Amino acid sequence: MKVRIPSPLVSYTEKREVEAEGRSLAELFADLDRRYPGLRFRVVDEQGALRPHMRVFVNGAQVRELGIELRPNDEVQFIQALSGG
Amino acid sequence: MKKSASRSKQSNGHGKSSSGPVALLVATRKGAFLLRSDQKRRGWRISQPIFLGHVVHHVVQDPREPRTLLVAARTGHLGPTIFRTHDSGKTWKEAKTPPAFPKAPEGKKGQVVDHTFWLTPGHASEKGTWYAGTSPQGLFRSEDGGETWTSVKGLNEHPEYSQWMGAVENGTPDGPKLHSVLVDPRDKQHIYVAMSSGGVFESKDAGATWAPLIKGLEVVEQFDATVLPYHDPHCMRFSGPNPDRLYQQNHCGIYRIDRPGETWTRIGKTMPKSIGDVGFSMTVHPRDADTIWVLPMDGSGVWPRTSPGGKPAVFISQNGGKSWKRQSKGMPKRNAWWTVKRQAMCSDGHDPVGLYFGTTSGEVWASRKEGARWKCIARHLPEIYAVEPAHSSR
Repeated sequence: MKVRIPSPLVSYTEKREVEAEGRSLAELFADLDRRYPGLRFRVVDEQGALRPHMRVFVNGAQVRELGIELRPNDEVQFIQALSGG
Repeated sequence: MKKSASRSKQSNGHGKSSSGPVALLVATRKGAFLLRSDQKRRGWRISQPIFLGHVVHHVVQDPREPRTLLVAARTGHLGPTIFRTHDSGKTWKEAKTPPAFPKAPEGKKGQVVDHTFWLTPGHASEKGTWYAGTSPQGLFRSEDGGETWTSVKGLNEHPEYSQWMGAVENGTPDGPKLHSVLVDPRDKQHIYVAMSSGGVFESKDAGATWAPLIKGLEVVEQFDATVLPYHDPHCMRFSGPNPDRLYQQNHCGIYRIDRPGETWTRIGKTMPKSIGDVGFSMTVHPRDADTIWVLPMDGSGVWPRTSPGGKPAVFISQNGGKSWKRQSKGMPKRNAWWTVKRQAMCSDGHDPVGLYFGTTSGEVWASRKEGARWKCIARHLPEIYAVEPAHSSR
């Protein structure tokens, strides 16, 4: 499926849009980490939770749980959410 | 008698005297910078930012392989990681498994590393070994030059961990942290760490078991000094040539301990009353166990943590804390409301010793003559978290 990458993670993927697979968000992150080593830990902590300032949207709807099911044609987007100087 | 550079030279220490250019590794809230001096440490040139925009808490050179540097970094959005270079910064690689707490059993809340705060190279005989201290308090070890990190279970998974460190929400404002990882140069198994909060701990078996070392340390008035989470050491150093002596800048004063003694002595009581002995940072003379420098801050009222009265000064003791002398020549005489954080003051191995500190307002100050005169060598940087010396890798 298509995954849109925010600028802080482009140093891993070298492009803003990549292809990855997974039947859940957790599996998608595992696949992304296989393709782009190190990416997952910057977004998902060691207890399996999304880091506080990252947002994930599936087909435009925000999700927080990594267990959510995904379908092959879903579109996933990561967004950075940070304020302050 | 005033101690001179020549007397320093005579002291027998492990620290070797050297001369020539110095490099400073400056970690800031928005990236790292490298400051290089000329041969006489008079002129300085600053690098372009390294990892611009990353929150960099510590940049440390490997004394066993001087072309190797480790960087503890995170960004506002992304989790913490470690970057490594083995060619003096020409190329960088990220750790494969950065410091991370073990995954908690199902149904239990596990700890999450917010950032790696402190890096310490391991013992000289253990090439590739490093220690990392994190926020919240955790100790991690790498045996492959920082590529993979494992949790030091003896501390991080100790059954009394929460009684030792307290709850994360009760920690210091930037997050509770483990810092000042000191490896005894005579014994790789002998390690000290300090924690804000949690106090000082010692291990004699490479981290398998730990014991607190807090006797004599004071805590905030009306609190019980036997309760570990009330202890807040800010910075702890071995004395330069003698690892049986440690100095400590604590939330509640300046201390010294001479091992195998078990009790810290508050040597900051001899500081001028108008200045007090509160601060974050301290550094030591590499060859003279009696000489240390501190940079006091205002700990009155609501704890401004700025230079007392807006008049910054370093204080030196040349007799193990029996007396102190103000060293502020070259610094602003007024209206300078600096804060210098715990990792942001250091010394080099030269004779006379060079001293350096970085401020939260982005200035780096240096003294070529053991604090006798100061000069601003960089300004307009982001908030400075750490300043460490580096030696030539050529």
